[in-house]
Amino acid sequence: MVPEPALPDPPLLQAMRRRWMGLLARADAATIAARLAEAPALPPHIRLRGPETGLVMTRGRQGGDGAPFNLGEMTVTRCSVRLEDGTVGHAYVAGRDARQAELAAVLDAALQDPDRRPALLAAVIEPLAAAEAARTAREAAKAAATRVEFFTMATMR
Amino acid sequence: MAYVAVKGGERAIEAAHAWLAEERRGDPALPELSLDQIEAQLGLAVDRVMAEGACHDRGLAALAIKQARGDLIEAAFLLRAYRTTLPRFGASLPLETDAMRIRRRISATYKELPGGQVLGPTFDYTHRLLDFALAAEGGTPPPAPEAEAAPAVMPRVTGLLAQEGLMAPEASSEAEPCDLTREPLAFPAERPLRLQALARGDEGFLLSLGYSTQRGYGNAHPFVGEIRMGAVMVEFEPPELGFAIELGEITVTECQMVNQFAGTKTEPPQFTRGYGLVFGHGERKAMAMALVDRALRAPELGEPVEAPAQDQEFVLYHCDNVEATGFVEHLKLPHYVDFQSELEKIRLLRREASGE
Repeated sequence: MVPEPALPDPPLLQAMRRRWMGLLARADAATIAARLAEAPALPPHIRLRGPETGLVMTRGRQGGDGAPFNLGEMTVTRCSVRLEDGTVGHAYVAGRDARQAELAAVLDAALQDPDRRPALLAAVIEPLAAAEAARTAREAAKAAATRVEFFTMATMR
Repeated sequence: MAYVAVKGGERAIEAAHAWLAEERRGDPALPELSLDQIEAQLGLAVDRVMAEGACHDRGLAALAIKQARGDLIEAAFLLRAYRTTLPRFGASLPLETDAMRIRRRISATYKELPGGQVLGPTFDYTHRLLDFALAAEGGTPPPAPEAEAAPAVMPRVTGLLAQEGLMAPEASSEAEPCDLTREPLAFPAERPLRLQALARGDEGFLLSLGYSTQRGYGNAHPFVGEIRMGAVMVEFEPPELGFAIELGEITVTECQMVNQFAGTKTEPPQFTRGYGLVFGHGERKAMAMALVDRALRAPELGEPVEAPAQDQEFVLYHCDNVEATGFVEHLKLPHYVDFQSELEKIRLLRREASGE
């Protein structure tokens, strides 16, 4: 019996995985590859499934907050891989970029290893988060510049 | 219906397609359009094709537009055809539009509302004068101004009305919605099914129907409670993971149309909603959808069904431009045998009429 590796509290690991999987899903393959050039080499992996492209039906809510309805589909590419130590990584990313999905799946597997995690977080995930924060802040600033500032005239006498 | 198989036309068809390819490319001395250019510079065409093609993929929509030579209904058709080749992984969690990263948010009912009026990149207030600077390849415009963005809370206008009890609440069911792409339309169609049909419906058709409700065909007194456009996160729960993950962000436009409702014996007078939600930046479509959604709610609100926009069979059977174009354009296909029989019948009738 192999002893279970010391994993963080599962809800904590789940929250961390949710975060890095989301960031990897919103980055393109070239960006991820560029970040990986600064990181320790990824471990070898075998493909369990994909990368393959399919559809996810996106749903809205009637009235914005009521019962769900089918809005329309979107293309999604998924990939599942296994590392030599048996760790399985998954990726589901919007769009049709097979390379992005595979890199994201390998990173998901490697990031689950507490020994590999700090270096990969520092080289790949945190820079992606910072770039995304800068992008969204810029967009929010542009939106803010188009906010209408109503002013009420001082009492007219 | 009988169609005569077309034989012997292969060479002509090949030549026609070769000519089509040449026409699509246009003058070879001019640079070819790239998909990136279409995606970036004809973004609203891309959005419309994704909405009516009912498939969100900017690159595929740009390809469809290029292949269709800018014919957006043909492009939506191409996208619909492509999606049938892909497996379905599942359905997303419902988009939470109240958590949208707002690029535009306006209300016609409240001037000063929490979060404010954010105009975003809009054609509104432009003078609709042709800009000849663009004809001269105007170059790169200066970057848009930026301002300090307060961490804005953008509550829904419908929520503000609901707090006072003035807005009819939405059904809070989490029932699995019917899916038009899996089962044929059946009537009466529940609201989730109607919203799916409207979301992929033709913008022009819905615009005209919405307009008709304003002009008196249907008892509409609408206000734009709110329009918001921006990025929403799409979340999906893969069975192998057991928790929801983010697939990416997509841009959507949402319209909440606020309408009077006189009330019934059991319900007090209050406002009701018409709802529009579309892929991309599609404000006209979202507004038209919201008008027609509200009109189609007439039976459930005890209103008489008198106008075309309130007739769900009429609206839902005719709003899909891919189906409509298929049936209208099939008239181009050979009907030689059908027409022969019509010819003979007319000749017979004429002989009888002239007493021969």
